[in-house]
Amino acid sequence: MALIYELIAQGVQMFLVLGIAPLMVGVTRKVKARLLRRRGPGLLQPYRDLWKLLHKEAVLAYNASWLYRVAPYLVFAVTWVTAALVPTYATGLLFSWSADLIAIVALLATARFALALAGMDVGTAFGGIGASREMLIASLAEPAMLLVAFTVALLIGTTQLSAIASHMIDTPVGLRVSLGLALFAFVFVGIAENARIPIDNPATHLELTMVHEAMVLEYSGRHLAMIEAAAALKLVLYFSLLTCLFFPFGMATGDKTFGALALGLVSYLVKITVLAALLPVGETTVAKMRVFRYPIFLGGAFAAAALAVFLLFVSRGF
Amino acid sequence: MSSLGFDLAHLLAGGMVVLSFVLLYQDRISAVLNVFATQAITLSLAVAWQAYVQAAPSLFVTASVALLVKGLIVPAALHRIVRQLGIHREIEQVIGGGPTMLAGLGLVALAILLVLPAVGGVDPLAREDLAFALAVILLGLLMMITRRNAVTQVVGFMSIENGLVLAATGAKGMPLVVEFSVAFSILIALIVFGVFVFRIRERFDTVDVSALDRFRGEHAEPQ
Repeated sequence: MALIYELIAQGVQMFLVLGIAPLMVGVTRKVKARLLRRRGPGLLQPYRDLWKLLHKEAVLAYNASWLYRVAPYLVFAVTWVTAALVPTYATGLLFSWSADLIAIVALLATARFALALAGMDVGTAFGGIGASREMLIASLAEPAMLLVAFTVALLIGTTQLSAIASHMIDTPVGLRVSLGLALFAFVFVGIAENARIPIDNPATHLELTMVHEAMVLEYSGRHLAMIEAAAALKLVLYFSLLTCLFFPFGMATGDKTFGALALGLVSYLVKITVLAALLPVGETTVAKMRVFRYPIFLGGAFAAAALAVFLLFVSRGF
Repeated sequence: MSSLGFDLAHLLAGGMVVLSFVLLYQDRISAVLNVFATQAITLSLAVAWQAYVQAAPSLFVTASVALLVKGLIVPAALHRIVRQLGIHREIEQVIGGGPTMLAGLGLVALAILLVLPAVGGVDPLAREDLAFALAVILLGLLMMITRRNAVTQVVGFMSIENGLVLAATGAKGMPLVVEFSVAFSILIALIVFGVFVFRIRERFDTVDVSALDRFRGEHAEPQ
């Protein structure tokens, strides 16, 4: 019986992230449009877009291989599994013990690998350039992300996300400059990974500097719907990771009573809505970067994360 | 020692190392000067907190000297020099941004690896301050090497001095006479640098010190 409750709790989390992912994309687009003094589409427009794409014909290039058709589903599935592993409203859910922060980084890398292969499959110039840039960004962002994971692991003693969140809630870690640096690095990595300004512009299909959109330019119909849904899920996944690692307050850690779960759910929704509103505010204050400046941007993230690890070594000793 | 006392000292001293990195990273001259002023103010806060924790009132004098001289006078004077030179909007080409950051990380690791075993026995606060101070000094040296503009090299030199003061306060303070003479020599150095920078500009029409490398003496044959 207990197992059934556990499964229900895990299922709620899985379908919660899937359900709110397009809404969060809608919130970011709406806030961004308002900041640019436009009205912007309604909050539910991403759902309508996905619905429309799912009912359109999928056009395939003549030379597309099986990989091209499988990749969107693979990317979506892997991203969804990853999103199910990050604690959102409660810790210690059924699946959360099967993978830690490093496994989550690896899962995201798997999704990116599949998408980059698919981008190169048809052999168009845009797909190739998008894939190569995506790999450039990944090779710079992943070390920084792993160093963030090491920072948290050094501070708390585990890379298990549930344990990190409950530890952060139960025993305050104090005033840590390392955590601030890790947060800074994480935000930079998240911006790069989610193809947001200043690394990439999610709203364009027409620029020579685009990265993510260049990779998926050939996709249409239900394949494109899968990729769009996966991108929205990834955004929510990064929001969830941010709240889980750095602002886990409100999360249901102990017994899963109804009140604790409801509090966790409400606080989670509030937190990620705030993040979804903050993201476009940051995006409108900076300009898109040149491709050659990506290493400097992500190198800053890497340096901050490495510094966080070093500072922790000093305060702990060896 | 209370946990808050240690955490706050860690935050302020660690913040100085972070600001040293920002100095390495930043390529706008007026922004470099502002970051330097922030580092000096952080230093004075760190010293003041040490004074409170160690109950050593003389350190408050050190903190106020740091705040007054390096947080206010030196940045204001450098801003003035930069504006008179007409380079306050200039963006300096930092030599090799990526390798410089990696070298900086290596230097921080080196400082930690050197200091932690050497001062194993002393209390964690002093040990930490020494490690961070050595890191700030090495990063200042690195900044002096990688910059080509004379003004930002001066900033690198001044940030080395920030590291020295941090080291001195961690080791139960230093005599006030030394403190005052160091602050005074910094001011003298600033005046000398100021004169020197204007002389370089007058002679070469630039403050890029790579012009000095090509200079073969007043009457040498042009190459």
